[in-house]
Amino acid sequence: MLDLQGYGWLLLQGLQMTILVGICAMMMAVLFGLLGAWGKFSPSKLANWAANTYTTVVRGVPELILLLLVYYGVPKLIQDAAAAIGYEIRVDLNPFVAGFITIGFIYGAFCTEVLRGAFLSVPRGQMEAARAIGMSKILAFRRVQFPLAMRMALPGLGNVWMVLIKATALISLIQLDELLRNAKVAAQATREPFTFYFTASLMFLAITLVSMIVLKRAERWSRKGIREAV
Amino acid sequence: MNWQLIIDSLPKLLSGMAVTIELTVMSVILGLLLAIPTALALRSKNLLLNWPATGFVFYFRGTPLLVQLFLVYFGSGQFREALDAIGLWQYFRNAWFCAILTLTLNTAAYTAEIFRGALQAVPRGEIEAGKAFGMSKWMLFKRVQLPKAFRIALPAYGNEVVFLLQATSLVSAITVIDLTGAADLIRSKTFAVYEMYLSAAVLYLILTYGLVYLFRVLEKRMNAYQIRPT
Repeated sequence: MLDLQGYGWLLLQGLQMTILVGICAMMMAVLFGLLGAWGKFSPSKLANWAANTYTTVVRGVPELILLLLVYYGVPKLIQDAAAAIGYEIRVDLNPFVAGFITIGFIYGAFCTEVLRGAFLSVPRGQMEAARAIGMSKILAFRRVQFPLAMRMALPGLGNVWMVLIKATALISLIQLDELLRNAKVAAQATREPFTFYFTASLMFLAITLVSMIVLKRAERWSRKGIREAV
Repeated sequence: MNWQLIIDSLPKLLSGMAVTIELTVMSVILGLLLAIPTALALRSKNLLLNWPATGFVFYFRGTPLLVQLFLVYFGSGQFREALDAIGLWQYFRNAWFCAILTLTLNTAAYTAEIFRGALQAVPRGEIEAGKAFGMSKWMLFKRVQLPKAFRIALPAYGNEVVFLLQATSLVSAITVIDLTGAADLIRSKTFAVYEMYLSAAVLYLILTYGLVYLFRVLEKRMNAYQIRPT
């Protein structure tokens, strides 16, 4: 049916890279999300403003523009800064690093909203109880507020992951050897573009399917302590 | 920052922006037309309707849009002779047509899923009332179910349209000169990295929040009957 003419391994290598860059980007996104949520809750006006600007701007600009801006813009910024103080250097950004940081930065904005909602949904009494038995603020956060919020955030973070992993296909446009880029290489070598792009799409579909199953299980696991409403 | 360059390239960026708007409007309209029957097929108990619709929605929601674009634009080349024989090749060799086709199918899949949920959420009593009036199935759908479902779906649908607007930026990867394509073209000639991408980002921000505002007005109008007089 789908004759890959010996290019199957190239696609599998690409798949591996896609998953790797996806996981790195997701970790980055959760990190940015925590920072953003912290900014939104912070009493500081400046942190508030920064977090709100972050989510507003990132959600209003296409991923591709931000990716290109980072990939081409950051090296140029460094070069221009160096030139200003009299050095001539040439900087090239690694597409893997540029890719996962940018995708992480973008989806961090979506994580911010998810995490903000999760922290808001932790009942007040939980934190009060923890403080009342003498936990320090940090300990109470670590043992009570954070685990409870994470349980609430899991479905939302799962959704972000499903969108994020598909967005990693964009990194092929800055020449990272991930699934779509390798499919393109194979398509050009064999002149059978449909075969390879279709196979790549099925691999993305497989990632989606596996993620759905894993997430369902994770959600069930995280809800162990909650009685289901009948 | 080279402000003069931004002003000089503004006409080109704006004509790219017109392409972006055109692509968005066309695929939103065509996608909506396709989404409504698909949503009904998703709810149908007839397997011959249900299965293809479920497969279509799963495929287009589970794979990246960029892969879909490549599959349609580059992949169709593999079937050139067959497409030529039935007179369709002249369409598939046109990047603009492929962009509209892919964006339409993509947004139709997401929209169908939104409408499926909304149709399910139409209160039973309203349908029963319609039946009690002696409405035929079609009239019931046209006068009761569809308008109510549209109101329920509106917030989620608005989000989908905003996502589609941003997703149109990917068509620059298949040689359509939209806003991103125009910015990229000027960038590659002038090396004005941040000038071009930041201007494009600002224009996208204007479009996005303009659209968000539009949907907010629409929502207020459509749900006007719910606002209590003060």
